[in-house]
Amino acid sequence: MNQTLINYVLHLADNTLILSQRNSEWCGHGPVLEQDIAITNISLDLIGQARSLYQYAATLQGGNVTEDTLAYLRDERAFKNCLLTELPNGDWGQTILRQFFFSTYQHLLYEKLLNSKDETLAAIAEKSLKEVTYHVRWSSEWVIRLGDGTEESHQRIAKALKELWSYTGEFFIPADYETATANEGTGVEIAALQQPWLNKIQDVLQEATLPMPEAKTYMHTGGKTGIHTENLGYILAEMQHLQRSYPGVEW
Amino acid sequence: MTTTKNISPLWSLLEQVSDPEVPVLSIIDLGIVRDIKADNDEVEVVITPTYTGCPAMDVISMNIRMLLLENGYKKISIRQTLSPAWTTDWMSEAGKQKLSAYGIAPPNPVQQVCNTQLFAEDEAVACPLCGSIHTRRISEFGSTACKALYQCNDCHEPFDYFKCH
Repeated sequence: MNQTLINYVLHLADNTLILSQRNSEWCGHGPVLEQDIAITNISLDLIGQARSLYQYAATLQGGNVTEDTLAYLRDERAFKNCLLTELPNGDWGQTILRQFFFSTYQHLLYEKLLNSKDETLAAIAEKSLKEVTYHVRWSSEWVIRLGDGTEESHQRIAKALKELWSYTGEFFIPADYETATANEGTGVEIAALQQPWLNKIQDVLQEATLPMPEAKTYMHTGGKTGIHTENLGYILAEMQHLQRSYPGVEW
Repeated sequence: MTTTKNISPLWSLLEQVSDPEVPVLSIIDLGIVRDIKADNDEVEVVITPTYTGCPAMDVISMNIRMLLLENGYKKISIRQTLSPAWTTDWMSEAGKQKLSAYGIAPPNPVQQVCNTQLFAEDEAVACPLCGSIHTRRISEFGSTACKALYQCNDCHEPFDYFKCH
């Protein structure tokens, strides 16, 4: 059993599951109906990607492990998602900006993962990339609308930018399993994606009349190795409670 | 499994399985059946999802299984594949016509819009009711993962567009 590869797949899966769970909190609460539907559609795409990845991780682990046990029966310290994905939704501006940062990162990542020596990961990346393309476009356009919109929308997304920026550096600081899988040719050399990511962010922020923050500043880390903010515990409590209270219950 | 018998009746048979969310389309019209192998009473069907999170896939798998059982096949396996990734270009012409008659604008050929260029819109999405191409996109995300929401500028009818993918 290749534990390094399993950890890597779980990291990719946890990112998508946790952000999906967060976005789904908007269901029925979006600012307008069309955008409520958009953010929940993105949630659905992300949970679809999470399922493909968890199914693969379960195959790699074997035994009684399934996609459901991985999602519902692991504890906080076993989750390997980046901290950004677990942060509270805040207002619409904060949710949009988080999606923009994440989707831009995921797009660059999946483009590289297409060339993975691991055929299953390459196939998941190929499939997911089409969906993420829509997410990048939608979230970029909204960052521009809000930043270059009214005084109120500008001020709100500028505030979100201050709050979220220090959670973006973690994407590009590789965990052990990322370095190892990149060396094996199954993963992606994540640090190399930072500059293209910054370039894309800068283009959109400029169009949105928002200031580009300093890239070399203090960045929060830990999520990739299971050291989370207090937010993840609350997410898991809600997401896992049914399977924990009624083990094996089915819809 | 090797294919030892004529499988074209199987392809015709599977036309009876429809997409539960767009019932006017068969899974053959959609292009999600990628391969069929058969040997005596054994069948393997390979399908690919339209979107990774499409909740219809589980229902579709079950409906394929039921149909094959009803038709005397005993050993049935249904396998999902992700690569090559499904594209709206695989939708049959017959399928596109059925969609349009049903009130959903069929996908345009995959073109410049399937990239990250901002504020891009599909060209000339025709209104399925009046046929006008003076339409506008209201939202890139619609009632299901595969659709966008449009409105006709001439007859003012809002409609779904099966977006290119």
